[in-house]
Amino acid sequence: MGMTITEKILARASNKNTVTPNDVVIANIDKVMVHDVSGPGVIKVFSEWEKKGITLDHIWNPDRVWISEDHFVPASDRISANNITLLTNWTKKYNIKKHFKYGLGQYGICHTLSHEEGLVLPGEIYVGGDSHTNTTGALGSLAVGLGHTDIAYVLMNGKIWFKVPETILFKINGHKPEYIMAKDIILKIIGDIGTDGANYKTMQFAGETVDKLSMEERLTLTNMSTEAGAKNGIIEPDEITFEYLKTRTDEKFFPVKGDIDASYSDIFTYDIENLDPVIAKPFSPENVCTVGDLEGKSIDKAYIGSCTGAKLEDLRMAAKILKGKHVKIRTEVLPAAQSIYFKAIKEGLVSIFLEAGAVVGPPTCGACCGAHMGVLAKDEICISTTNRNFPGRMGHVESQTYLASPLVVAAAAIKGKITDPRNEML
Amino acid sequence: MNILRGKVHKYNKDNIDTDVIIPGPYLKIHDQTELGKHAMEGLDPNFSQKICIGDFLLTGKNFGCGSSREHAPIALHEVGIRAILSPSFARIFYRNAVDGGYLLPIEIDSGIIKKISDKDELEIDLDNNTIINSTSSEVFKIKPFPDIISKIVKAGGLLYFKE
Repeated sequence: MGMTITEKILARASNKNTVTPNDVVIANIDKVMVHDVSGPGVIKVFSEWEKKGITLDHIWNPDRVWISEDHFVPASDRISANNITLLTNWTKKYNIKKHFKYGLGQYGICHTLSHEEGLVLPGEIYVGGDSHTNTTGALGSLAVGLGHTDIAYVLMNGKIWFKVPETILFKINGHKPEYIMAKDIILKIIGDIGTDGANYKTMQFAGETVDKLSMEERLTLTNMSTEAGAKNGIIEPDEITFEYLKTRTDEKFFPVKGDIDASYSDIFTYDIENLDPVIAKPFSPENVCTVGDLEGKSIDKAYIGSCTGAKLEDLRMAAKILKGKHVKIRTEVLPAAQSIYFKAIKEGLVSIFLEAGAVVGPPTCGACCGAHMGVLAKDEICISTTNRNFPGRMGHVESQTYLASPLVVAAAAIKGKITDPRNEML
Repeated sequence: MNILRGKVHKYNKDNIDTDVIIPGPYLKIHDQTELGKHAMEGLDPNFSQKICIGDFLLTGKNFGCGSSREHAPIALHEVGIRAILSPSFARIFYRNAVDGGYLLPIEIDSGIIKKISDKDELEIDLDNNTIINSTSSEVFKIKPFPDIISKIVKAGGLLYFKE
């Protein structure tokens, strides 16, 4: 029996010829990410070890670790400002050079940096202290989110245990209409399988539509595999992957593909040719319907941001709708990384947003996780390009969030109501 | 004998997510006592006052879905929760609970939920994989931990686990 791409990466990382689902392996890790929320947790674990007499004068491999300041930048208050100082001193102590600092050149949301900076490569096994680490699997890597104790363990030992997951294969076929984005596809899938539909499992995306999708659109699929509970989302690397990475890294890599006779626990096939734009209602990403079902529903705020929905192409799609129009509701655009912000300025996208009356802010996770930088009031209703809409996710526990593609969110910004983007694309 | 005794608090709801277990604004906080005060705030603002050290939670399926924030099992541990009974757990929450040594995620058959009431006194017997409902005198089976989980639980967390 052959192996899937995920099984092959785990077999290689654990020095085995083969692995099968449910095996427990100790895998050597290639790359590690820590951010300003998981970082202070890691530091706390380190100090507890030191109290127990375990000497920690170095970590496993500082060159394979990178740090992102994203959740609480700009610092929302004294506690989050102190966390950044704590993190900065810690990365200096352990000689971690790749620290993407807010206000000091390139910085942004950790999952965006992972691909934008070519930090993680095909065939690698990558762990990050954040659940949306899954995003980076679109590059053909095994990318898994962990808590801070597990990350601290990896930083000391360079390896960690994994149960080999079963893989569910999603074959997406059909010509993608111009009003459909990867966000519609992944919301449709989550609506079908539920928020625990892939719990402990791998979601692998393939098919003729995925083959033609750009790298940034592929990243939206793997990003929201987290919302179906998946251990990882993954797409086999191809020419689009290699072309994307060409300008981003000189590092050598060893791409892996699954065997032709690999075994999948389930196979779902979709034809998206006739898919209508999809939206997730409060209070779960699985609570989906078509945008048309909610046509005319009043909205208070449109949010275009996050690792899911503020990549360059997301901004281009939003700009396509907003060009020459005026927003009717509070509209916030926060590019996912400084480099994307800069590209958006050069392409004239930022001017389009500003002329439409939207505010354009610095990259941050702040409002997406309801922490700061534009949280929702009681009873406020938001339409957002982000990934979660649980109670209180983006602010007050009685606020509401609808999840949709940048096209749908931009169309709602103009109308002040939910509307099918086709109405604004004429 | 490896037995836990405590009172159970029943929240029979599926998909209780990390945003309600410990909301986003508290992610900047790493003081465990402070996190405990806000445990389950998004679902029950009085939660922390109801819990005594050693108590259990009984919930619907997919408990802890959402984020990787270890703040979630830390806040529940800090307020006193020592085990959660649920038909299933989201993977990162499960892993954090075990690897951090905070509390035991115990998988049960979903049919058991209706046979346990809020505030029932339970005995969880990890050697025999049973729950005794001391209030109703009923006995239920729990799903045994997989081997690796059992070893990490016995070690008291991943940091103390020898491969």
